[in-house]
Amino acid sequence: MSAHTDLPVVDPDLVELATSVFADADVDGTGLDTALWDTLEQTGLARLAVAEDAAGSGGSLLDLAAVLVEAGAGAARVPLAETDVACRLAAAAGLDVPVGPLTFALDRAGALTVDGDTVSGTLARVPWARSAAAVVVLTGGSVVVLDPATATLVEGTNVAEEPRDTLTVDGASAAVAAAPDGAESEFALWAALSRALLLAGAARGALTRSVGYAGEREQFGRPIGRFQAVQQQLALAAAEVAAGGAAAGSAARVVVRDGVGAPTAELAVASAKVRTGEAATEVARIAHQVHGAIGFTREHDLRLTTTRLWAWRDEDGTDGEWATRIGDLVLAAGADGLWPLVTA
Amino acid sequence: MTQTLSRLPALTPPAAELPVRAEALRAEVREFLADERAAGSWTPRSDVWLSGWDEDFTRRLAARGWLGMTIPAEYGGHGASPLDRYVVTEELLAAGAPVAAHWVADRQIGPSLLRHGTDAQRRKYLPGIAAGEVYFGIGMSEPDSGSDLASVRSRATKVDGGWSLTGTKVWTSGGHRAHAFFALVRTSPPEEGKRHAGLSQLIVDLHADGVTVRPIPLLTGAHHFNEVVFDEVFVPDDMVLGDVGSGWTQVTGELAFERSGPERFLSTFPLLAALVGELSGADLGAAGRRQLGSLVARLWSLRRMSLAVAGSLASGEAPELAAAVVKDLGTRFENEIIDAARLLVSVPPDPGAEGGYARLLADAVLHAPGFTLRGGTNEVLRGIVARGLGLR
Ligand SMILES: Cc1cc2nc3c(=O)[nH]c(=O)nc-3n(C[C@H](O)[C@H](O)[C@H](O)COP(=O)(O)OP(=O)(O)OC[C@H]3O[C@@H](n4cnc5c(N)ncnc54)[C@H](O)[C@@H]3O)c2cc1C
Repeated sequence: MSAHTDLPVVDPDLVELATSVFADADVDGTGLDTALWDTLEQTGLARLAVAEDAAGSGGSLLDLAAVLVEAGAGAARVPLAETDVACRLAAAAGLDVPVGPLTFALDRAGALTVDGDTVSGTLARVPWARSAAAVVVLTGGSVVVLDPATATLVEGTNVAEEPRDTLTVDGASAAVAAAPDGAESEFALWAALSRALLLAGAARGALTRSVGYAGEREQFGRPIGRFQAVQQQLALAAAEVAAGGAAAGSAARVVVRDGVGAPTAELAVASAKVRTGEAATEVARIAHQVHGAIGFTREHDLRLTTTRLWAWRDEDGTDGEWATRIGDLVLAAGADGLWPLVTA
Repeated sequence: MTQTLSRLPALTPPAAELPVRAEALRAEVREFLADERAAGSWTPRSDVWLSGWDEDFTRRLAARGWLGMTIPAEYGGHGASPLDRYVVTEELLAAGAPVAAHWVADRQIGPSLLRHGTDAQRRKYLPGIAAGEVYFGIGMSEPDSGSDLASVRSRATKVDGGWSLTGTKVWTSGGHRAHAFFALVRTSPPEEGKRHAGLSQLIVDLHADGVTVRPIPLLTGAHHFNEVVFDEVFVPDDMVLGDVGSGWTQVTGELAFERSGPERFLSTFPLLAALVGELSGADLGAAGRRQLGSLVARLWSLRRMSLAVAGSLASGEAPELAAAVVKDLGTRFENEIIDAARLLVSVPPDPGAEGGYARLLADAVLHAPGFTLRGGTNEVLRGIVARGLGLR
């Protein structure tokens, strides 16, 4: 029935593989999980949707989407999404990238100055920069492949303790090429779509843990999940998880169907980022309420997904920013254009 | 700490895409609706599937082949896919077109008759439904049986050649104009521990001797709800739907068609469209654009979820949990539109206005409480979700 019509389907074995790889990972450390990254490279998951001639596995975006959801659910400490977007951007500009984990930066503010093949300036909060083999930057009309070793690096993190480092370069030499037309809006969408998929997974992970906990924790002589007040809260969280998952998964399908440059893709990806961001807030709130004090500690695993929900909802465009963008699209469409916009 | 993640059940079926053919159909429906509106045949309203009763419009839809779409041709229908029907219904609702007359018959009575009805019952009703001539109500709730539907007290006792029915149904939407409904009644006394046994569905002619239909005005004062009293109404044996004693299973199957369709998030869409009209060209700050954008992100996501459930229903599955989720989120979304419409445009709701924003808003405000009640309250739906999660 997946007409429009020959969309690929997700390979269930692949999802199974991803789930078990992430479940076996060491979730407690901080920074890059090098063992997990090695496994991802060995299994071909690290560059799943990158073309084979660019040292990728040549899988479909729908496969990658399913794997990103699992990575989010498993709180994987790897730049899987960033590596994918970095590879896409470098390939679009005809630049080579090294092997290993990569990262991506969208320099909208023009913080980087490109002069021939030297670059200067400061890039703030670059994901995973300290562990990346290269940073692929979209800045103005250029794509730059930068070696972090040529930069001064100040470590920072997001609220989930994931690396978000500040890089300063002063006349560093880098590979530079012209960015293709429309790159800025398209790569903002790639980044937002990846983040939405990770969010959908993290929301699911937080719900899974909360449902499990509600079945185990006993008060008043019975599991707290037997109380209707707790059940109703978890049902609300489940609805948010369902909505976020459907939005992110559907947006990936629209991008596969129409291409990331299509007007339909913009509404789809923006909706997915808004919906997963809003779900993040509600799911994290309920998950913590259901867990009581123990979930409020660094010792408990709940934080692995909830802190990511809080971090990721504000990355690659906050839900507020993307919602404003949708508001603009809707106002441009007008009263009679709203329904055609939503159903396109 | 190692991870001990158990698995959750699937909360939504896999994403569905509409077939290309359905998109061609959408274009036809839009053209038809544009012509209708140009001719001024109706004014867009909120909650039209409840209040927009227009039998002429219903017959014009039937003439286009857009009623009874999934009913096989041998019963007067069109043998189309449920996804084709989905496209037609969402277009009608988005346009605020008056679809109430045929709504129940087209949505749930046709499918129920096809599943459980005898050949004679199908021949009696299905061609009329597809022609837009035969309208149905829903005979489930009673004065003392709302969420706890299995506690219904209307009783049918066996008599020669049929059943004698006594009791009261209530909140019967359109019962004063419908030809018949399926009454959920007790055909044998409740047994200890088996409260779902002994229930049956009878097809009751609402003009039969012993049936009294009394109006109950809505908040707006409109006549929509009814109380239907049965006083020893004779229901012939051949008007039992499905098997005697299987009423509960049949009714829950019927509810599955009721829960996840586009009417569960589009009841106030005409107000949202009007809101966009009011705001276009106005100097709307970032907060307003954000609120509008957030609503449309929700709408986009809900529609995708609802389509996924429709796709799953079309392939013969019964995704009860996903349907409950769509209805819970969708009916809350219908209310969120009202909040935005009030806060972003300062026009007081006016129930006396002929049309326009003030009237759309007034109808929406006064109809809103029903959104999260009808078809199973949101609290009851969350109970279904909690059961799906293994909590009860
Ligand atoms: C617009 C509209 C149209 C309708 N049309 C029809 C129709 O055509 N035919 C028909 O048969 N019926 C119809 N109904 C009735 C509808 O099905 C009932 O309103 C619904 O099932 C709830 O029953 P109730 O109103 O008796 O509320 P109650 O069941 O009395 O519930 C009252 C409150 O208690 C809560 N509650 C009840 N039980 C539980 C529980 N176990 N856990 C938690 N909370 C609980 C409910 O969620 C609700 O908030 C219609 C209703 C509306 C609003």
